[in-house]
Amino acid sequence: MAASEAVTARLSAQAPGPGFGVARAAAAERLSAMGLPGRRDEYWRWTDPAALNTPEVAPAAPEPAEAPLFAEVNSLKVVFVDGVFDADASDDLAMAGVEIARLALEEPAWATGLYGTLEEAGQTPVKRPFGALNTAQATDGLLIRVTAQAEKAINLVYVHKSEASDPILHHLIKLEEGAELTVLETGPAGARFNKAMEVDVAKGARFHHIRVQGAEQDRRAVTHIFARVAEEALFKSFTLTVNGKLTRNEAYIDILGDDAVAHIAGAALGDGKDGPFHHDDTVFVTHAGLRGESRQVFKKVLKNGALGTFQGKIWVKPGAQKTDGYQISQSLLLDDDSQFLAKPELEIYADDVKCSHGSTTGAIDDTALFYLRSRGVPEEEAKGLLVLSFLADAIDEIEDEALKEEIVARLEDWLARHR
Amino acid sequence: MATQETDIREGVDRETVETVQNMGSYKYGWETEIEMEYAPKGISEEIVRLISKKNDEPEWMLEWRLQAYHRWVEMKEPDWALLDLPKIDYQDLYYYARPKSMVEKPKSLDEVDPKLLATYEKLGIPLKEQMILAGVEGAENINLEERQVAVDAVFDSVSVGTTFKEKLAEAGVIFCSISEAIKDHPELVKKYLGSVVPQTDNYFATLNSACFSDGSFVYVPPGTRCPMELSTYFRINAENTGQFERTLIVCDKGAYVSYLEGCTAPKRDTAQLHAAVVEIVILEDAEVKYSTVQNWFPGDEEGKGGIYNFVTKRADCREPRAKVMWTQVETGSAITWKYPSCILRGDDTSGEFYSIAIANNYQQADTGTKMVHLGKNTRSRIVSKGISAGQAQNTYRGLVSMHPRAKNSRNYTQCDSLLIGDKCGAHTVPYIEVKNNSSRVEHEATTSKVDDDQLFYCRARGVGEEEAVALVVNGFCRDVLQALPMEFAMEAQSLVAISLEGSVG
Repeated sequence: MAASEAVTARLSAQAPGPGFGVARAAAAERLSAMGLPGRRDEYWRWTDPAALNTPEVAPAAPEPAEAPLFAEVNSLKVVFVDGVFDADASDDLAMAGVEIARLALEEPAWATGLYGTLEEAGQTPVKRPFGALNTAQATDGLLIRVTAQAEKAINLVYVHKSEASDPILHHLIKLEEGAELTVLETGPAGARFNKAMEVDVAKGARFHHIRVQGAEQDRRAVTHIFARVAEEALFKSFTLTVNGKLTRNEAYIDILGDDAVAHIAGAALGDGKDGPFHHDDTVFVTHAGLRGESRQVFKKVLKNGALGTFQGKIWVKPGAQKTDGYQISQSLLLDDDSQFLAKPELEIYADDVKCSHGSTTGAIDDTALFYLRSRGVPEEEAKGLLVLSFLADAIDEIEDEALKEEIVARLEDWLARHR
Repeated sequence: MATQETDIREGVDRETVETVQNMGSYKYGWETEIEMEYAPKGISEEIVRLISKKNDEPEWMLEWRLQAYHRWVEMKEPDWALLDLPKIDYQDLYYYARPKSMVEKPKSLDEVDPKLLATYEKLGIPLKEQMILAGVEGAENINLEERQVAVDAVFDSVSVGTTFKEKLAEAGVIFCSISEAIKDHPELVKKYLGSVVPQTDNYFATLNSACFSDGSFVYVPPGTRCPMELSTYFRINAENTGQFERTLIVCDKGAYVSYLEGCTAPKRDTAQLHAAVVEIVILEDAEVKYSTVQNWFPGDEEGKGGIYNFVTKRADCREPRAKVMWTQVETGSAITWKYPSCILRGDDTSGEFYSIAIANNYQQADTGTKMVHLGKNTRSRIVSKGISAGQAQNTYRGLVSMHPRAKNSRNYTQCDSLLIGDKCGAHTVPYIEVKNNSSRVEHEATTSKVDDDQLFYCRARGVGEEEAVALVVNGFCRDVLQALPMEFAMEAQSLVAISLEGSVG
């Protein structure tokens, strides 16, 4: 099939959602121009996009739901079942200082000129075809405008019910000057899930994001975060991924203002015994403002043929002096069959900066294991402890202690089940 | 110019300023006036046949070249490097240029055209079997017996002479031009040529396979420690000429050789192409050290001219316990595209890569290494120091790959970048592929600017600004400079200072 035919087939597989006609048409055009990705594309060399490219979705059977996360957190819960908003299961979409609209129903004036623009900005210098596809086709999602400090978190719960579901969700979040919001995300969402989140963080605003990607084995997901961070603003995102046949998490964070901070972290655990595990983090952080601070902390624990990849970049634009950029990607290979492929990049066009990156791969440290064993800790428990300590740097990026504890508990549970 | 500012600011006398200015310019930018013989411009099957004929090659060699040529025609120039690459017209340059006096190959060095000998004399590489790298301070104190270096001198498309051939032959070492080797040692060349860098490895290597005109050949027999260092000195002299040389080094079981490579070219307004291939085969327990000081003309302050340097260098540690060490000091070339690599095929083999890459003015460098771990217990170490100044872009690009079979292997990578000025760029693009868990891979990279405190300290003690920067930069490069053979280390140290001239102030 010719490249353009493949794009047309992919675009016509689902009807686009309503509203944002101009932005959707522009995105469809972008996608047609860049084509769907292939293995020969530099940023897809380690992840085969074939299963994401096909117009039809490969079926994935929903698994029994796990105990819900963040049940105790004071939050406004919004449920999507196979990508469709579920009013009965969701809370009332009303909160002081926060306007929430549904992409499937409305096109608020504030969103018209914004929808798709951050995604478009994220297409240079690297093409992100599934981001453009998302803008063009998304059928549902939330349009959230925050004007003050939100009194509670927005808790997005994704439920996978149909084995052929192929949802495309797009959330657009705009934090006005000095506003603050926490967004939580959990669940597997569908057999194949394409999600984009555009986050515009204005001056002095603070955005926190904690995501737990579902434990379902057969699901495939491709997600994008496109963020723009203004002066003195803060952006923080943490993702925990456990299992999943294919997960590609892309992030493009543009630090535009001076004195802005952006941290993005991820912990992924894969056990090939449950089925194939392929996890890909592709992260771009660009610095255009002065005195910006960025951190990328990505950790992976892999066993039984699980595969993890990391492609990260700190891109310091000319004039972004006094940038402090840090990036670490590490993986712990628990056996000989698992693989870690990494490309930690720096691209720097300003001289008065401090940028560093590190990447390590290896097995559990025998000396540390021996130390714990010699103090009477059973081997499996000792290994679990060492895995947790390996992941600590990523988990520490979560500021809220209660949320952090929930994540750690989920991790401990996973480790106990995968000894 | 920074030196003129110094003049006004501190009232340094005119003589000192001139001395500094002269020191700062590219020393090797002069040209030898000599009658040349050219093949017609451009590349075609006829030109490939012509080069083969000029070298008096056997049929199999011509076939080999033609295979490469036919493949090259179908290939595309790679565009993945972080280089702003001007369009190269491959039909607008000479692929073969030799001094007329070389048409009849001289039988010994005494018969070589005195003009050519004078050229190398002036470059500090006298083609006499007595002294080595002249112009190196302290060289006269070195025990000459121990520090002899055999030189193969390549001038445009041909090798003009090889020194110490007889002495090396006594030890069983073959050191000659590759064109001679094809005639005199076809069995060795047939066996190893293209076995590390296949004919059609990449665009530039394929072009080289089709049209390489000369280069050096080394064979060190089993159990032999090569009695002296070997070196090849490449000089591009003719205008609009590409240099395509091929080096093949075979180090047999238990042997050892240290090999040096130097290169310079005249200053010209138009860019010139250089596409070389170096292949190294290292057998059981053998060891090769390969050091390069690459000082091709880098182009002028406005970025005009300079050499486009596209080089494929690869060492194959084919059998157990083979060792290779690449050391490179890259100060020249307008564009550098070069990734000396190690294939660690045998068990317990090891590869090391030490690199200093300096890019000033409008230079662009995309350079690094590949460490492919295939055997068990293999070790590799990468130390790369990139320095950018002026408007230059400097990229480290590397691959560390641990195959599933490469159990208990180890890699350590350290890439540091130093930026001098706010118009330049420093980039790091490492690829890390780990496919077993008994191996450990560590990668670290930092980017920083010249430390103000260190500069201030030097300045406070009366060290001039440029000299202070050179001192700090030399400190930054120390790990790599220490890995170089002594004469090269001294040359490299002063080169570091010269390459950065004009970047401060």
